[in-house]
Amino acid sequence: MSDLIDDPSPGLNDPEFSVTELSNAIKRVIEGEFGHVRIRGEVGRVSRPRSGHVYLDLKDDKSVINGVIWKGVASRLQIQPEEGMEVVATGRLTTFGGQSRYQIVIEDMKPAGMGALMAMLEKRKAALAAEGLFAPERKKKLPYLPEIIGVVTSPSGAVIRDILHRLRDRFPRKVLIWPVAVQGDRCAAEVANAINGFNALESGGRIPRPDLLIVARGGGSIEDLWGFNEEIVARAAAASTIPLISAVGHETDTTLIDYVSDRRAPTPTAAAEIAVPVRHELLATLEGQGARMAQALSLGVASRGQRLRDLARALPRPEGLLDGPRQRLDRAGERLPAALQTGVSRRRVHLSEVSGPLRPNMLRARLGQASQRLALHGPRLASGLTRAIERKRDALDRRTDRLDIERVEREVKRRRERFRSIEYSLSEAGRRQTMAWRDHLTALARLRDTLGYKATLKRGYAVVRGDGDLVTTAKQAAKAGALEIQFQDARLTVGDGTASKAESQPAQKKPARKPAPKPAPKPKKDSPDQGSLF
Amino acid sequence: MSDRPVSEMTFEEAMAELEQVVGQLERGDVALDDSIKLYERGAELKKRCETKLKEAEEKVAAITLDGEGNPAGLTPVEGL
Repeated sequence: MSDLIDDPSPGLNDPEFSVTELSNAIKRVIEGEFGHVRIRGEVGRVSRPRSGHVYLDLKDDKSVINGVIWKGVASRLQIQPEEGMEVVATGRLTTFGGQSRYQIVIEDMKPAGMGALMAMLEKRKAALAAEGLFAPERKKKLPYLPEIIGVVTSPSGAVIRDILHRLRDRFPRKVLIWPVAVQGDRCAAEVANAINGFNALESGGRIPRPDLLIVARGGGSIEDLWGFNEEIVARAAAASTIPLISAVGHETDTTLIDYVSDRRAPTPTAAAEIAVPVRHELLATLEGQGARMAQALSLGVASRGQRLRDLARALPRPEGLLDGPRQRLDRAGERLPAALQTGVSRRRVHLSEVSGPLRPNMLRARLGQASQRLALHGPRLASGLTRAIERKRDALDRRTDRLDIERVEREVKRRRERFRSIEYSLSEAGRRQTMAWRDHLTALARLRDTLGYKATLKRGYAVVRGDGDLVTTAKQAAKAGALEIQFQDARLTVGDGTASKAESQPAQKKPARKPAPKPAPKPKKDSPDQGSLF
Repeated sequence: MSDRPVSEMTFEEAMAELEQVVGQLERGDVALDDSIKLYERGAELKKRCETKLKEAEEKVAAITLDGEGNPAGLTPVEGL
C-alpha cells in the first residue's frame, strides 16, 4: 500500500480525457463498429410522440436496446411495430453522450419470419372477432341488381380488367373505380380511405353513390397482401353501410378484410359474378314468366267458358219452371169460392148450438139458489161467535189454576239459605287468611328487630353521624363540624363546629368498631331483602 | 299483390312480385275479375323488369382524388 502512495503509479503518464473527449471517443468506436447491423428481437414498449418519430425498445430475455425510427422511415415501413412483435431491424448504433446512452437508429424493420407475422394477424383477428365484427348477423344482403358498383383497386392491372370483362358479359353496369395502391406502405390507408370515401358520397350527388362495393386485388405474397390485413382496412369495411364484397388474392389467400366483408369472393372475377346476375338469363326468365302468365290467364278464361257452357246445358227451360206452380194456382183458385161458403155455414151451425140454452129464466134460477144458501148460513153467524169466545175463556181459566205462588216462595227460601252458608264460609276463609298474614308479619318484625342495628346498640356499639350523614372513617370524623353519637337509649352530640383532638379521638376509635353499625341502617329500610336472604 | 307503384320498384322486387302473380294465376283460384287485374299488374311488372334489363349500359369512370385523398371528380375510363 505504501508503495502505491510513495511511488508514482505506472498509469500516471496516461493521457487524461475530459468527459466529452471520452464520450466522443466511445461514439466514434461504436458508430464505426456498428455502422450497419441487423438485430433480431422482440419489440418492447413503443411510444409515438406527436413529432412522428417512433421510440421503441428491442429486447430479448436478457437485454434491451433503445431504438428510434425517424418519422420519414416510420411512414415507409411495411409493418408498424407493435409491442410483442418479433422483428428483424436494420440500422446503425449511435451514442447519446449527454446521457451516457446508446441506441439503434432503425432504418428498416421486418417481421421476423412468417410465424411472427401470422401470430400477429391471429391476435388482431381474435381482437376483432371479440368485438363482434365478424358476426354473421352483421353481414348485409347484397342488392340483386346493383345500379352502380364501386370498385376499390388499382386502376391499372389485370384485376379491374377482369372485373369489367365479367360485368360486361353478365350485365353491363355503371362502375366507379377508386384508385388505390394495392401493396406497399400506402395500401392500407388508401384502401380504408376509399371505403370510407365511397360511404361518404351522397346519393344524387355530383359523384353518384354506389350501391355495392368491391375491394379487389390480385394474388401475391403474404407481404404483398398485408395491407388488407391491417386493422384500419378491416374497420373501414366493417363500418361500410354499402354492402361490400372482398376479393383479395387467390382462393387460398384469406386476409382480414375477408372476415368483415359482407361476402368474400375467391377472385376478382368471382366478385363480378357475385355482384350481378346474368342479363340474358334474366331476360329469358322474364319472358318465361310473361308466357306463363298469359297462358295461365287464357287457360283460366277458357276453363271458365267451358264450365259456363256445361252449366248452361244443365239449366232447365224457363217455361218448364213455371208449369207446376201455375197448375197449383189454378187448382186453388177453383176451390176458393166453395171453401168460403162451407166455412160460413159451418160457423153458423156452431153459433146456433151455443146460443140455444142462453135465456133469462136460467139466470133467475141460479139467483134463487144463491139467496137460499145465504138465508141458511146467515143466522148461524152470531151464535158461532159467542161459542168461540166461551171456549177460549175456559182455556184461560184452566191455565190460571195451575199458577202456584207457594212454589215460588219455597224456591226463594231455599236459595237464600244457600247464599247465607256461602257467605259464612267466605268470611271465615278471609279471617283465616288475615290471621296467617298477621302471624307471618309478627315473625318478620321479630326477625327485623334481631337483625336491626338497634339490637346491636344494646350489645355496646354506637352509631356516629356528622352533619346528619353516617361517619365511618376517622377522616370523615375530622372533617365533620359536630358529631352525634347514638347509643342504645339516646343520642349524644359531641363538639359544636370545630373538631377538637379529644373529640376526634373517640370518633376515631368508634369507627374502628363500626363494621357492624355500618350495614345496620340498611336493614331498617330493606328488611324484605334481609328476609329473602333466609 | 302490393299497392306499391311498379315504377318505384327495383328489378328484384318487380321480378319477385311477377313470380308471385304468375303462381297465383296458375293455381287458378282467383276470381275472373281479379285474375284480369292480376294479369294487368303482371304485365306492368314485366315491363318494369324489361326496362331495367334494357338499362344495361356500361359506363366506367375513375374517381380523381385531390391531394388529401378526397374525391375531386370523375374521369371516364375506356379501353379496359
